[in-house]
Amino acid sequence: MTDAVVLLDDVNKTFGRGTVAQVQALRDINLSIGQNEFVSLIGPSGCGKSTLLRVIGDLLPASSGQVQVNGKEARQARLDRDYGMVFQAATLYDWRTVAKNVQLPLELMKYTKEKKEQRTQEMLELVELSDFASHYPWQLSGGMQQRVAIARALAFEPSILLMDEPFGALDEMTRERLNLELLDIWRKTKTTIVFVTHSITEAVFLSTRVIVMSARPGRITQDIPIDLPQPRGVDTRENVRFFELETQVREALRANKRQAQ
Amino acid sequence: MSERNQRIGAPVLILILVLLAWEGLVTGLKIEQFLLPKPTAILSNLVRVVRIDDADTSLLPDNEAATLLRASRLIVDLPAGVSPDLLLPLEEGRIATFRLGSKQVLIVRGNNLMPIVQASWYTLKEALGGLLLGVLAGVLVALITARWTATREALLPFAIAANSMPIIAFAPILNNWFGIDNPFSKMAIVAIMVFFPMMINTVRGLVSVPPRSLELMRSYAASEFSILVKARIPNALPYFFNGLKVAGALAMIGAIVGEYFGGPRIALGVFITQEAALFRFASAWAAILIACTMGIVLYLLILLAERLAMPWHSSYRTNDR
Repeated sequence: MTDAVVLLDDVNKTFGRGTVAQVQALRDINLSIGQNEFVSLIGPSGCGKSTLLRVIGDLLPASSGQVQVNGKEARQARLDRDYGMVFQAATLYDWRTVAKNVQLPLELMKYTKEKKEQRTQEMLELVELSDFASHYPWQLSGGMQQRVAIARALAFEPSILLMDEPFGALDEMTRERLNLELLDIWRKTKTTIVFVTHSITEAVFLSTRVIVMSARPGRITQDIPIDLPQPRGVDTRENVRFFELETQVREALRANKRQAQ
Repeated sequence: MSERNQRIGAPVLILILVLLAWEGLVTGLKIEQFLLPKPTAILSNLVRVVRIDDADTSLLPDNEAATLLRASRLIVDLPAGVSPDLLLPLEEGRIATFRLGSKQVLIVRGNNLMPIVQASWYTLKEALGGLLLGVLAGVLVALITARWTATREALLPFAIAANSMPIIAFAPILNNWFGIDNPFSKMAIVAIMVFFPMMINTVRGLVSVPPRSLELMRSYAASEFSILVKARIPNALPYFFNGLKVAGALAMIGAIVGEYFGGPRIALGVFITQEAALFRFASAWAAILIACTMGIVLYLLILLAERLAMPWHSSYRTNDR
């Protein structure tokens, strides 16, 4: 498995170790994600899917086990700027215009002025927000803000995009539109995406693989390949296979719940 | 535009009504001047209107209001054909001259205008000097404590305790340390008074960056310095300006009250206490009026600076979705 972009080997994560409030958030996680895969992590609240995402992105240290990204330690991958992060809240800086928000990582990475402006323009075109370059975040709708966040995450061409329920706070209509846009971006940029979601439909529609997790302690219970044809579009949701896979994921989640009881 | 006019016009109208009521009540209830001087009597310390009558006296009829203004010496009438010698001292104190119908009108300085302006300028310098020192110190300490959490945890309880102390109580001590006539003794009081609100507000702004923002910066492998410049300081700006608004008001209070405990004769606080001691309450009120005006102007300047520094801030949002 040398071509794996993300490789987790027996990863455990315990919060508050050695205290009464000790919680095992992740147990024995083994996961390998290949180049240009779109992997969704799904599970009930508290199953550790966000924690797993942060362990991959080196925003939280693993308590034990190995996390390798692009053949390096996760920490090194972070220092090499291999990750783009998108959170549930757009987390834009109020004091920066849309264009300046997209430029934030480029400034930190010391891009030249021309390169910076060129990339910003490309990214805003990609998320179809070119007309809003000089707007402030509060002048945009929630969906538009999230598109800015995606443009910002992709601006420096990271090899992996880590997304933590990016569309969780949006209405159904906006979410479905952004799902299509995200797939389009994924095809164009050839990024590997790890995507945390609550929504079964979203996970099946977007992913090449759905990782089903269960809570207390957080662990992987099923790894379901999504063999729906690419490229996916509006008609994918009407595909019979789509319903079968949705059912399969739902059953997997339900099986976890029964086991817990 | 009419909305803007209304926004400014309504408070101005209320101010005029309050002044008229004040004037009328003091006169009507025969309140003693040492308890509450009339607004016109207060103003006559600062400016006076002198009318030099030509033949025509019908322009401003001798109605009750005009009589009141005359009694307060805010308006002085000089008869027509007055000797030029008599006008000479008035011309020297002239602020503006214009003709009103057949009359020449002079606006001249009141007896206490120059002493009050001088004293105000002196006190304003103390207040601004102290404000600058206190703000610089507050922000510097805030930056240090925000960077090193340990110092914050050690210092913040003291800062909060100190913030609730009546620092002005130390004014006589500081007057003694630096010398009662040394402006630095008042600047020191002001600096200490403004230090705590500035520091506490700025620290709060520097450390209250949303956790996601910090995760974002860490995912870019940003240095602590970059995080400070690109996330913490912009996040702290609204807090800084809130602190500055409090500090601006405290600075004027600190300087004037500091002078109540002693200072050079040319200071506003000293002027007010002396005039009050001599029962010249109208001129004390005139000085207080100027102090209030300076406080308001300082506050407005801070608001303007805030607007210029953060045009993006939510409080200026006009076309909210």
